[in-house]
Amino acid sequence: MIGIATAVDVADLKETTLLNMGIFGLFVAVTMVIVLRASRNNKTAADYYAAGRSFTGSQNGTAIAGDYLSAASFLGITGAIAINGYDGFMYSIGFLVAWLVALLLVAELLRNTGKFTMADVLSFRLKQGPVRIAAAISTLAVCFFYLLAQMAGAGSLISLLLGISDWGGQALVIIVVGVLMITYVLIGGMKGTTWVQIIKAILLIAGAAVMTFWVLAIYGFNLSSLLGAAVETSGNPAVLNPGLQYGKTETSKLDFMSLGLALVLGTAALPHVLMRFYTVPTAKEARKSVVWSIWLIGLFYLFTLVLGYGAAALVGAETIKSAPGGVNSAAPLLAFHLGGPLLLGFISAVAFATILAVVAGLTITAAASFAHDIYASVISKGKADADTEVKVARRTVVVIGVMAILGGIFANGQNVAFLVALAFAVAASANLPTIVYSLFWRRFTTQGAVWSMYGGLGSAIILIIFSPVVSGGATSMIKDANFALFPLSNPGIVSIPLAFLLGWLGTVLDKNREDSAKQAEMEVRSLTGVGAEKAVDH
Amino acid sequence: MGNDARTPDAAASVDFEEVQSTERFQELRKRHRSFVFPMAVAFLLWYFAYVLLADYAVGFMSTKVWGNINIGLILGLLQFVTTFAITGWYVSYSNRRLDPIAAEIRNEIEGHEFDKDGNIVTGVAK
Repeated sequence: MIGIATAVDVADLKETTLLNMGIFGLFVAVTMVIVLRASRNNKTAADYYAAGRSFTGSQNGTAIAGDYLSAASFLGITGAIAINGYDGFMYSIGFLVAWLVALLLVAELLRNTGKFTMADVLSFRLKQGPVRIAAAISTLAVCFFYLLAQMAGAGSLISLLLGISDWGGQALVIIVVGVLMITYVLIGGMKGTTWVQIIKAILLIAGAAVMTFWVLAIYGFNLSSLLGAAVETSGNPAVLNPGLQYGKTETSKLDFMSLGLALVLGTAALPHVLMRFYTVPTAKEARKSVVWSIWLIGLFYLFTLVLGYGAAALVGAETIKSAPGGVNSAAPLLAFHLGGPLLLGFISAVAFATILAVVAGLTITAAASFAHDIYASVISKGKADADTEVKVARRTVVVIGVMAILGGIFANGQNVAFLVALAFAVAASANLPTIVYSLFWRRFTTQGAVWSMYGGLGSAIILIIFSPVVSGGATSMIKDANFALFPLSNPGIVSIPLAFLLGWLGTVLDKNREDSAKQAEMEVRSLTGVGAEKAVDH
Repeated sequence: MGNDARTPDAAASVDFEEVQSTERFQELRKRHRSFVFPMAVAFLLWYFAYVLLADYAVGFMSTKVWGNINIGLILGLLQFVTTFAITGWYVSYSNRRLDPIAAEIRNEIEGHEFDKDGNIVTGVAK
């Protein structure tokens, strides 16, 4: 450990709490005004769930980047690179390359065939009831895992900023974050949420850009010197090489493959990302959104490489690990080292805003899925009017908000990027096979969809429960018990192929044929955009 | 059996099977698939090759090329480059080869769905 690493004294952080809260308060006030203004036109279900389909491609692309660059990307990846070096960089690459699946195979076709939720597309030509229920359940499950990760991030950040790991104090702040989030979603709907995402994306990318520039400037804009400094501080040349975290055993190498698979196939199956494609007027704008978000997200992940190694060089892995908030505190600690309390305050406020905005996006997705897919389509058999549906959605927001608050209070200090990778694995297993099959495979049937969704969802969750994440390890959620029968911490390598297999098997064994007219309609609509939902004029 | 993913719209009574069987639609479908499928296979192979190298060829990936920059970092950054390149390529392909034909089919269907007086015309008129 060299002298520079001790320049960050964690005790100093407490003195900046008021400043942090001030900056965060300002963000909340500004966005609340915007949400209130945006909500004036929330009249119909299309307004509430899909922002009247009135956003442009570039606005929506920025909002997608805002949704996607969650606390996992900022706190989690920076921390993972700072501690594990090259293996952390893997997250950045997987999270980015995954967007090509969304761009090439999913975004436009989905925009052309659906209305509000992922289930609209999946149930388009299959039997409504079973497929919608399965899709809604998997949406709720993915949102829950993702929410857990965001709340764990909130907990880390709070314990760092307040310099305490006091359970009651953290719980109180998580409750405040949760209540704010519920308020945004209740008042603003999708339009308000989208504006919050846009503002947050700009702040986050700008903040990361400033820090990246700063770090590079310290090393004379020479990446090689930065890497050299990271090696020097850590005293371990292996931080530049793959395998520091995952190369230890054959099992951990398999785990790395599993993670890689889940990352690249998860994005195009994330319900809250899919739902954003409905907020634009046409498929062409959906394509533009994805292109925008790929550029923004790619740029940001290049920043994380510099930030992660910058934190490793300037703050040091040991200081990061021993700070309250652990791995997830690398980015805020780097900000403190560079710009003192003011930059730390800004970066922490941005990280808070990130969590708030992503949680809002997830909540509205989960609520839309429950109200639109389960309540309106299944419970009331399509008889509920749009007003009732939106009312149900708003009530669901409150229920999910409360669940997120509780989950956040009990979520522990696991790496946020790692928790999000679990959500990706669940999404890739439960949703992706059915999305791909129903868009591209004529013969695909309801039985195939139901087998694939429940099989993928069930196997992913069961494998997580019996993995070292939950029990049996030093960093497990339950440390005292050991029922880790499955050796890998990411289930993707088993559950994703299994879900694809089940979808195929369920289809070929299905004696029923689906309506070929519906298949023709879906294919024509998906490629041409005939009859797609248009923007709502106000 | 209604599907409430759709509202009654300009295309509610089109015979989609007929549209699907037209040569022009088949051409659109072929152009779309002949681009996205090979491209998806290519970038997934390249990505998994990279993951496998990082996982099982640590020595190779750790080879220093210039200063502290090793092959692993260069290949990782190349993943960014190819992602941006494929994105740009797809957009230009869609603009040139997919959008015009899709718009043509859409206009034809929607244009014949309701005539100027709002009368419903079923089927696809040529």
